[in-house]
Amino acid sequence: MKFGILIQEGPYNHEAADSAYNFVKAALERGHTIQGIFFYNDGVINVTKLMDPPQDDRHIAKRWSELGAKGIDIVVCIAAAKRRGINNDVIVPNVRISGLGQLTEIAIKCDRLITFGAG
Amino acid sequence: MTEKEKSKIMFVMRKAPHGSIYAYEGLEAILIMGAFEQEISVVFIDDGVFALKKEQDTKALGVKEFSKTFAVLEDYDITNIYIDRESLEQRGLSADDLVIPVKVMEAGEIAKIMEEQHVLLPF
Repeated sequence: MKFGILIQEGPYNHEAADSAYNFVKAALERGHTIQGIFFYNDGVINVTKLMDPPQDDRHIAKRWSELGAKGIDIVVCIAAAKRRGINNDVIVPNVRISGLGQLTEIAIKCDRLITFGAG
Repeated sequence: MTEKEKSKIMFVMRKAPHGSIYAYEGLEAILIMGAFEQEISVVFIDDGVFALKKEQDTKALGVKEFSKTFAVLEDYDITNIYIDRESLEQRGLSADDLVIPVKVMEAGEIAKIMEEQHVLLPF
């Protein structure tokens, strides 16, 4: 199945980013396809390379970057990012900033869109 | 996007308009997606119904009052706008208290429309 992923909450404060990551990993292991991962609302904070968590904690931005390196399209909403001080200078490698048109495309092309957060 | 058939995308607005950014950024997403010629619908449930309440005054909050922006949905051909009757009534509101005309629906009817959707986007 082709899954689209929408993440609406920031890292650490909320479980959404962890649940989404675990979902994506499990889906890939089962042979599913990830059409794209889209960060909206505070979700955009997930991909800042400025985050520097204690060493015994997971590095959420690095995890997304590693998924991106495997070829999964990871998109950060530009409008939500601008509001929160996220731009091309501060994002981790293998993710990109673009518009809500990308979420539209993911939504259209996926078999199922799974949202993490809000709701 | 080369698919010829339109996708049914429904925005599910459940949060109050102020106090968190979900309703406002949800509206921003509706307006952008409205330009992509898909079959967009919007439903207001729970505290989400407050987003459409007339005569909001956010001056003391220092945040933008955006209820009037919902009026432009019509210009984007987004006319399938629903509101949950029970949510309205629980909050002492009726369709007359709202900034735009909407279809007042029972929860069961809304559930049926949700089942027809390709994608639900919660805000």
